[in-house]
Amino acid sequence: MSNKATNLKNTEINSSNENVNKKRSQFAEVWRRLKKNKMAMVGLGILGVIILLAIFADVIAPYETVAIKQNLRERLQEPSMKHIFGTDEYGRDMFARLIHGARVSLKVGILAVGISIVIGGTLGAIAGYYGGKLDNIIMRIMDVFLAVPSILLAIAIVSALGPNLMNLMFAISISSIPGYARIVRASVISIRDQEFVEAARAIGADDFRIIFKHIIPNALAPVIVQGTLGVAGAILSTAGLSFIGMGIQPPAPEWGAMLSGGRQYLRYSPHVTTIPGIAIVITILALNLVGDGLRDALDPRLKS
Amino acid sequence: MHKYIIKRLLLLIPVLLGVSFLVFSIMSFTPGDPAQLILGESAPKIQVEMLRKEMGLDDPFLIQYGRFVINAVQGDFGRSYTSGREVFGEIFQRFPNTLILAVIGVIIAILIGIPVGIISATKQYSLMDSISMIGALLGVAMPNFWLGLMLILFFSVGLGWLPSGGFGGWKSLILPSITLGTGAAAIITRMTRSSMLEVIRQDYIRTARAKGVTEKKVINKHALKNALIPVITVVGLQFGYLLGGAVLTETVYSWPGVGRMMVEAIRSKDTPVVLAAVLFLATTFSIVNLLVDILYGFVDPRVKSQYK
Repeated sequence: MSNKATNLKNTEINSSNENVNKKRSQFAEVWRRLKKNKMAMVGLGILGVIILLAIFADVIAPYETVAIKQNLRERLQEPSMKHIFGTDEYGRDMFARLIHGARVSLKVGILAVGISIVIGGTLGAIAGYYGGKLDNIIMRIMDVFLAVPSILLAIAIVSALGPNLMNLMFAISISSIPGYARIVRASVISIRDQEFVEAARAIGADDFRIIFKHIIPNALAPVIVQGTLGVAGAILSTAGLSFIGMGIQPPAPEWGAMLSGGRQYLRYSPHVTTIPGIAIVITILALNLVGDGLRDALDPRLKS
Repeated sequence: MHKYIIKRLLLLIPVLLGVSFLVFSIMSFTPGDPAQLILGESAPKIQVEMLRKEMGLDDPFLIQYGRFVINAVQGDFGRSYTSGREVFGEIFQRFPNTLILAVIGVIIAILIGIPVGIISATKQYSLMDSISMIGALLGVAMPNFWLGLMLILFFSVGLGWLPSGGFGGWKSLILPSITLGTGAAAIITRMTRSSMLEVIRQDYIRTARAKGVTEKKVINKHALKNALIPVITVVGLQFGYLLGGAVLTETVYSWPGVGRMMVEAIRSKDTPVVLAAVLFLATTFSIVNLLVDILYGFVDPRVKSQYK
């Protein structure tokens, strides 16, 4: 009897071990394919550097005493040894502001995408899983959101709620919810009638368990890809909104706002406008490279 | 086909109602009293109260919204709080300016995107392919307001060839439409390339080649037509985004379009103008999408057969 029990236990351990191995091997498999993609690795490397700079921004250049401290005597200086990217219209060190700006951009980008994946994904999963009327209602509401170009919707929301970090994130995530809802819905529809879902239902799993345990993990690949590209989109939107004064408010450093501040001095001090833009381009480029690489790695069938 | 078009047009109504409800609720959350805005900060309280009553601002939310819809259907979007002029007329007057930028932007995007995409696909992994793919990646990664400023820096400040902003003559159109079209050009390039790559692997292309058709003819006659079908959708979508994205470009170039008008209206809390501008752009966006879907039916017989 006890022997049997240990046996049973052993098989259980074995099977759970197998499970872990299987999961790891799938991850390893994706990683292996991603590693082969040179462009994606370049993107990942750049992204790593930007993230490190953002994390250690306070160590490299303190916020209060460097990044937002005005020093009018050193305003609009060209890049030099003392200020490698020069100074802006208030004499603040551009490099310090850039790395603190990276913090803001990454934070808004990642959180906004996270929020919209959770909300959009849940709505899409419900719509796809249950179908029928509920599906119709949810997707028609999503259509309404899709009918407004995202930047307009974001502008309208920020203008109503007031420009600050939280509202900006909220505005940007709302406009990308329908995209994720659609993606997840499509995947769920393609998965929900497959045999393993039927099997789970047969052994008595409830809807919640089926959706979150069996369907979502299988529908995740396109969401991860879209999410990576979405972070890039969110960073661009943040910069755009800040550029027209509807995003992060001064003196907080934000790439779009820095760019906008330098506009007046475009003729004599073009570096104030040029450099934040280059930072945006590099970040977006890196994210897009990683996103494209992930798409190929997660779904080799799509690769041409 | 007619049935389909009518059905789609009817579906537009609930979507636009939804959009207007969405925007109306967003704007009603906006702090600040419109009556106070019209009369100015120093207006006596009693006068503000009277105007509030006159404008119906004290009515319940749904009644206000209902009134807005009934008026809007008749083409009456109210008057601007700041200029006192009819909103609808003002938007209509500015819309052509936005439209012309978007149209030229899309034409630029097509003229660059499709040929480059085709060359890239037919000469996959060549130097030309790599260059155009890197170009496309950069095109997608550049924020258009920054590109706009860089173009001003180079062509207006540096070379002095083109005006840095404002509205007047064909020269003032060049930089804004390039700014607006670049992102779309990059996306169209990538789409054309991947669609073309898929098509030239098909059996009928192999058959054409086996028959001894020249390579040029294979590409231009057999592959191109099929490869361009998905590109149409992207072009349509991009056109819609250009109309919306014009907000930033118009701000950079002080372009008198609907986008800039909206940004100014938001700053001055001019609700009727914001509402009407968003609705107007959203309507145009939806109509463009509808046109694209219909066009799709005409060019792709497989899709056409589904409409019946």
